[in-house]
Amino acid sequence: MAQAEDRHIYTVSQLTQDIKNILENTFIELWVEGEVSGLNKHFASGTIFFSLKDETSLIKCVIFNTMASSLKFDLKDGMKIICFGRVGVYEKDGRYQLYVRRVEPKGLGALQLALEQLKEKLQKEGLFAEEHKKPIPYLPSRIGLVTSLSGAAINDIFKVLDERYKDVHIIVNPVRVQGDGAKEEIAAAIKDFNDFNLQVIKNERIEVMIVGRGGGSVEDLWAFNEEIVARAIYASTIPVISAVGHERDWSIADLVADLRAPTPSAAAEQVIPRKEDLRRRLNEYCQGLELSFKNKVYFLFQELEDFEKRLQINLTHLARLNKERLAAAVKKLSLLNPQAALIQHREKIKQYNFRIGLAVTNRFKFKEAGLQKASSRLNSLSPLNILSRGYSIVFKFPQGEIIKDIRELKIQDQLKLRLHRGEIRARVEEVLNG
Amino acid sequence: MAEVKFEEALKRLEKIVDELERGELSLDEALKKYQEGIELSRMCNQRLESAKKKIELLTKNKKGEFELKPLEENKED
Repeated sequence: MAQAEDRHIYTVSQLTQDIKNILENTFIELWVEGEVSGLNKHFASGTIFFSLKDETSLIKCVIFNTMASSLKFDLKDGMKIICFGRVGVYEKDGRYQLYVRRVEPKGLGALQLALEQLKEKLQKEGLFAEEHKKPIPYLPSRIGLVTSLSGAAINDIFKVLDERYKDVHIIVNPVRVQGDGAKEEIAAAIKDFNDFNLQVIKNERIEVMIVGRGGGSVEDLWAFNEEIVARAIYASTIPVISAVGHERDWSIADLVADLRAPTPSAAAEQVIPRKEDLRRRLNEYCQGLELSFKNKVYFLFQELEDFEKRLQINLTHLARLNKERLAAAVKKLSLLNPQAALIQHREKIKQYNFRIGLAVTNRFKFKEAGLQKASSRLNSLSPLNILSRGYSIVFKFPQGEIIKDIRELKIQDQLKLRLHRGEIRARVEEVLNG
Repeated sequence: MAEVKFEEALKRLEKIVDELERGELSLDEALKKYQEGIELSRMCNQRLESAKKKIELLTKNKKGEFELKPLEENKED
């Protein structure tokens, strides 16, 4: 048994201090190569934390901001690098780490290289081809979900659902999303949904599925870079939305999927519409419905009004036309009116009368002149004048015939004799032959 | 009619509005479409406000048949 005075009992601080002295004095300046993992930039200070690892071991590393700003390239998980620095001990955590002062890249990391190789192979096979990608349904009734029940993804998706239109049926096929067996489970779950669809009626089919997980290190997300998962996604007849990790991380699953969502929440948002959006759309349709119908009726009214107007115009036109025709006819008719002719004729008759009158008067005047001449001649021939020259006219009495021949007379016939002055009654005494 | 999916109703409504807006329908047809549209929008609104989420787990029974079981969210709602 060691005596108490022989025993040297360290305090934690003393031991840590001793370790610190040994390590920090031994590994003052050194080069170490490894693959970057768990990269984490502290935004406020600019300090970079990460691990360097190889097949079996891992060492924590720190690059202080003054060094970090002189880095020639961005550190990335999976990148193989060579670091120059010293080993230091962080007493508070009892942790040794490499304080890096210089970094040089060293080709691609093994994982990264494998990833690139697989990418190239699948690319050649056409797994990423745009023409193979299926459209994502807008308002799916059933959404399949391939993720872990305990991960962040499922809660993120449920949260989105709570905030949005809830008339959605979500069917979860739970899987491990990292570690051993994850890739096989994910691939099988994708196939399960496809098999499930074959067994149910059309209305109960899963219309789209989300495959993914929340953020993590490159290693954590690695299952989604595996060939078996890529092929399961490619073979799925159900459209697949990949949602692996954070926005920056592009996995092979993302490349094969029909749609790549940067995060699980974003994937859910892609297929679960906002209630307000739906309401707005509905309202738009309702307004469109009202407006277009009103327009239709308005248009018909206008047409009707137009017809009415045209009819009116036609009628007026027709009426005017007929009126004009009537007026023309009346005019024509009035020209044919016998009254007018009568008046004319009367006028003519008047004229004729006048002319006749004139003619007659003239004639009379003319005749009068002639008559005067004639009467003076007649006067000279008047029997009375002749009588005055001693002749007398013998009339039969009382008959009054002028006797020109004695054969008209018998003895004892009474006679009347006209002398120039006065008359004589006489009786035939004797008739002598002349 | 009750079995029509929300999305289908919405699409149908969209189509009706489109047809009406093109204005090529007769008044009779337009009236019919308008009535159907009103009916659809009423149904969609109802569906929108009364919707409930449904979350289930896909499992396989011993015979290897798929079964759906309700999933209780282990989070406060």
